[in-house]
Amino acid sequence: MAKVLVVTSGKGGVGKTTSTAALGAALAQTGEKVVVIDFDVGLRNLDLVMGAERRVVFDLINVVQGVAKLSQALIRDKRLENLWLLPASQTRDKDALTDEGVGNIITDLRTKFDWILCDSPAGIERGALLAMRYADEAVIVTNPEVSSVRDSDRIIGMLDSKTVKAEQGERVEKHVLITRYDSARASRGEMLSIDDILEILATPLLGIIPESQEVLLASNVGSPVTLNNVASAPARAYTDAVRRLMGETVAMTVPVERKGLMNRLLGRRAA
Amino acid sequence: MDAIAKATRQSFRMRGRSYVALAFCPVVPIAGWLEEIDITLARSPGFFAGKPAVLDLSAVDLSQSAIAHLIKSLEQRNIRILGIEGVDAAHLTTSMPPLLAGGRHCLLVQNEPKKPESKPKPISLLLDSPVRSGQSIFSEGDVTVLGSVASGAEIVAGGSIHVYGALRGRAMAGSSGNVAARIFCQKIEAELLAINGYYQTAEEIDVTLRNRPAQAWLEGTNMKIAPLS
Repeated sequence: MAKVLVVTSGKGGVGKTTSTAALGAALAQTGEKVVVIDFDVGLRNLDLVMGAERRVVFDLINVVQGVAKLSQALIRDKRLENLWLLPASQTRDKDALTDEGVGNIITDLRTKFDWILCDSPAGIERGALLAMRYADEAVIVTNPEVSSVRDSDRIIGMLDSKTVKAEQGERVEKHVLITRYDSARASRGEMLSIDDILEILATPLLGIIPESQEVLLASNVGSPVTLNNVASAPARAYTDAVRRLMGETVAMTVPVERKGLMNRLLGRRAA
Repeated sequence: MDAIAKATRQSFRMRGRSYVALAFCPVVPIAGWLEEIDITLARSPGFFAGKPAVLDLSAVDLSQSAIAHLIKSLEQRNIRILGIEGVDAAHLTTSMPPLLAGGRHCLLVQNEPKKPESKPKPISLLLDSPVRSGQSIFSEGDVTVLGSVASGAEIVAGGSIHVYGALRGRAMAGSSGNVAARIFCQKIEAELLAINGYYQTAEEIDVTLRNRPAQAWLEGTNMKIAPLS
């Protein structure tokens, strides 16, 4: 049974695209057949983070409008053979998406893949609504700060009312993914605590991704963080999140960067 | 046997009662008059239901069979005639309702029978999930939320508002002029509280109340907020 999962947040810049790529790659590493779809028409980024920007020929809008076939638009990842990308169009805007067109693509992809990850654009308009429209599950990416949390709450309300599942009286299974978390700052009270966020959102936690330079490093070389450096703290956090998505029970921890003995000695000497 | 016989011999009691009855005053042609009744019934089917009705025949001169037919026609419309007035006793048979006299005029409240239809009692609304940011809940009755009301959400109620969680959004109770409406919450962090149009914003709410269970009510034009203990 294929699962459609939307990665959404309301607010921009919280890490939706990074998380979509990282979760997609981590799922594919477990042997699942995965496609990641970029719904950010006009401001596409997922192709860059996936390192496929130079191989885009057809895109989501071409398929929606019947210009290209789905198989022509899908791009296979060079590192993982069961990871695919359906890129967005950079030259069009979100009005080019139609409910029916998106519905047809999702129905088609359900027959070919185990997981369909939809990377939602920021906002609560057409693009974001269509990205979540056919979802079975949702990952709500939230930063530990008040504006992000309030926007996430807004998005959760929309997941409960504007999706096909909600209209049929069912529920979209929702998970909160906290990104850019800094344990040190949170313990000093400079950030919202995990408990505060979960209390406000009243939604189960999928994982806590620590703030790390590894994320930017991986984006810059066009690789999902879970592929670029599997041992890094964010990669381990995303991998744990994926295991939870697949139904495993994994203790909730905030991974920290592992430092070698030499690094630690050097770090101490430098301090 | 004697005891029972004694009991039956007791004189029975009677008491006077007066009721307001609708008096139907038919005019000729009777068929046209019945049509008008049908129009009234079509608008509100329960208009005459359960109302005692009397037939005042002073305006018409009908034969015995015509009166019998009229009573039957009214019965078909679920209007049961208790008595007849304004007619000679010779025109009535024993199977017809009795002849009445001494009826007096009184005012009828015209809208009374319509009231239960046009203004149903406001129904209270129960929400068993949190109210999310951006959601707007409206109810003419009370609103009860079994969860939190997020910042940026609002609840507008004709009656009182009960929140069994944190109230972080806006709550407006008694919106249709109910000064007795109140707002109750487990944790007060509201952006705005209002009752019948009188409001307090987050800034005006006493900081010592914050994060505590509290209730708000109206005293004249002053909104009071106190902890629930």
